Amino acid sequence: MLKPKTRFSNLSNLFLPLSVLAILIIINLIKGADYFRITVVNGAFYGNIPNILFGASELVILSVGMTLVTAASRGQDISIGESGAISSAIFVQYVLRSGNVTLWTILVGFLISCVAGIVIGAFNGTLVSFFNVQPMVATLILFLGGRSIAFIIDGKVSPILANEISNRIGTVIPGVPIQTPIILTAVFIVLVAMVLKATNLRLYVEAVGINPSAARLNGINPKRVIFLTFLIMGVCSAIAGFIAVNKAGRHDSVNLLKFIMMDAILAVALGGNSLGGGRFGITGSILGAYTIEMLNRTLLRLEVNPEAIKVFKAVFIIVLMIVASPVVRAFVTQALDKAKSIIAGSPLRQTGGTADATGRKGE
Amino acid sequence: MQSDIILKMEGICKSFPGVRALHNVDFTLRKGEIHALMGENGAGKSTLIKIITGVYQKDAGQIYLEGRPVSFRSPQEAQDMGIGTVFQEIALCPNLTVAENMFIGRGRDRFVHWKTMNGKAAEMLSSLGIPASPTQELASCSIAVQQMIAIARAVDMDCKILILDEPTSSLDEDEVQKLFALMRQLKARGVGIIFITHFIDQVYEISDRITVLRNGELIGEYEASSLPQIELISKMMGKALSDVSSMKKLEPGKADDSVPVFEATALSSAAGVRPFDFTIQKGEVNGFAGLLGSGRSESVRAIFAADKVTGGEVKVNGKRVKIKSPLDAMKQGIGYLPEDRKGDGIIDELSVRDNIILAMQVMKGFFRPLSRKQAEEFAEQFIQQLDIKVPSPNTPIKSLSGGNQQKVVLARWLLTQPMYLILDEPTRGIDVGTKVEIQKLVLKLAAEGMSLTFISSEIDEMLRVCSRMIVMKDREIVGELSGTNLTEQDVMQMIAQGGK
Repeated sequence: MLKPKTRFSNLSNLFLPLSVLAILIIINLIKGADYFRITVVNGAFYGNIPNILFGASELVILSVGMTLVTAASRGQDISIGESGAISSAIFVQYVLRSGNVTLWTILVGFLISCVAGIVIGAFNGTLVSFFNVQPMVATLILFLGGRSIAFIIDGKVSPILANEISNRIGTVIPGVPIQTPIILTAVFIVLVAMVLKATNLRLYVEAVGINPSAARLNGINPKRVIFLTFLIMGVCSAIAGFIAVNKAGRHDSVNLLKFIMMDAILAVALGGNSLGGGRFGITGSILGAYTIEMLNRTLLRLEVNPEAIKVFKAVFIIVLMIVASPVVRAFVTQALDKAKSIIAGSPLRQTGGTADATGRKGE
Repeated sequence: MQSDIILKMEGICKSFPGVRALHNVDFTLRKGEIHALMGENGAGKSTLIKIITGVYQKDAGQIYLEGRPVSFRSPQEAQDMGIGTVFQEIALCPNLTVAENMFIGRGRDRFVHWKTMNGKAAEMLSSLGIPASPTQELASCSIAVQQMIAIARAVDMDCKILILDEPTSSLDEDEVQKLFALMRQLKARGVGIIFITHFIDQVYEISDRITVLRNGELIGEYEASSLPQIELISKMMGKALSDVSSMKKLEPGKADDSVPVFEATALSSAAGVRPFDFTIQKGEVNGFAGLLGSGRSESVRAIFAADKVTGGEVKVNGKRVKIKSPLDAMKQGIGYLPEDRKGDGIIDELSVRDNIILAMQVMKGFFRPLSRKQAEEFAEQFIQQLDIKVPSPNTPIKSLSGGNQQKVVLARWLLTQPMYLILDEPTRGIDVGTKVEIQKLVLKLAAEGMSLTFISSEIDEMLRVCSRMIVMKDREIVGELSGTNLTEQDVMQMIAQGGK
């Protein structure tokens, strides 16, 4: 019997984000050997790496949701930034109207914003799963209208969220060396891992994404599974909105999480996931999200003109996608195989197992 | 004599990492002959075809086309040399017209001359006797006609070799005859046809010569007229004659007469089958017989609620139950192996393991996943029990051969321990050996007390397995046959006479 290969194929899905991370690290080290240096300011760690972990928090959380939506619905949710803007607007209003801000206020406000996220997810999910609207078209509605809704909830331009607890959630808690958003993201990742372990979410989502008809004939309701992924996406958006607004200290309904869906979709793709649905890897998407943040910061560090930064990013991504494309991959595998056979200098070994077995039986 | 040979392959070898697909295989195709390429799944038929058509490159050996040594580096090259291929699945665009499907992507012209194209298409269609008009949308043609159009596209003008890979698997008897007429016509024009099929009767009906492969090796080339069927089967399976003939005699399952395991009254579904009554006893094997489109699949789909159930009453073990979705049916202990393995059965990118545990896992519930170890054990158990040939349970199911895929889907339902299992065309498109294995398994399960419904396009197969046959015609039950001495004739007669 041949040895199972899946362990390695899982790794090969992570090949792209890992190799990009490696390249970026090398570039950064060339630019300055102090890249990994971490300084302690007021008892908390700062430096390039903590900054990346800090900056990517929202993106990581959103890319997890995006991975699930993509896998099940074979499409993308482009309203996640707007969804986060709406739910965080509700959070901010709740906090501002409650007078004395306690930890309890923040927690209730957060839970209310999660409910708002679920409602938004239910709206998108209903359109996609029950009315069979293409995910991108269905979520285009909130993409276009979402920020106006957030503004109406705000009631004025950029309400300020000035309280001690929000400040601590957005930056650091005194005495804790790691910035709070990093901790929240880590907690979120652990929770997701636990959900995947304790439920059949992965099997259901993959089955529906690969073959909804077969999934249905095995007792899975594809509509419900797709709907569920949009609910999860809604919660992810609410959490991302919560972190973003606490980081910023005010609710800017126009710019909060603006265009983040592009990076989230890119993170999913970078993570080796097919944007056409089916099998998925959360780890890949998470690594992809951190990679994107690192890329952004690398370009800043290389002092690329801010106006030109998007061009550089675009070029980098084109190169990446070509390198990772099936065409190039097949070519590389072939070349490697050839090289191997030349080195080995002998034809492939035959598996004479069946012949042996029958021979023995005969004796 | 020598000039008669259009294609000669000598000593062809081909290996894939870890697998020897072809070893020293010779193959000869003459002008104007229909040459059947036979072998079980994994025998190397597809690999040989892919080498002829330039999809794969041979590791060793020689190919001569009309006496000249050739080697195709791409399918396009093979096509340009006059080798046309039609694969099992029709690779045409249903929303384009017949003429467009025949010519688009073929011509060297940058622009399409609609008039000439339609004219040429009409000429070809009429000369080949294909009942379609050039401007008709392809989707409006029957599957058989679509198949013929695919052939017309492959044949084009100067085709010398035509390869037909399982062209008849989705056709009914009448359509097969039309296809054969077309093949005979091409043969008369001097086209050499390589014909691959699992239907042994069809091989004898139309082929002149038969080449048998087994485990990547050439077993031999024979004149069809001088090779008895039973011998062909034994050559394909690599088993002695006596084994094969003993397999053909199987005792049909027996039913007992207590409360039916499943009983439906006036059941109907949105797929348009007329309300029908149906019962099955414990340990009984029955079947729906009828031509393609007679409603046999729709009937079992209604039982499993695979299509929306629109009316009727259902009793399981004498108790009234509501079955509104496949999950309801599964909870009542009903399993359903669908007709369309690829579209409705397998989840192709998932591993063999996940495909095996799927139905059982769903029945257990969303919040109660099997542990990896348990899943692995279940998978291993059925891989052994059903002799599924797979490198590891983690292999994606799509890389398995058809027969092994079907065994995985079977394993999936056996794992749920159903009391009533519906098998819709479980043996379609799979090799003879696996076919017999599945038939034996069905009878064994019935002997253990499971009730089964078995549907097959091959009536003799149903006769071997079913103790009772429900005969359908035009989406209606026209009669029932039971008894041990049934013949194909009886069933045909009932279909022909029924539903007047």
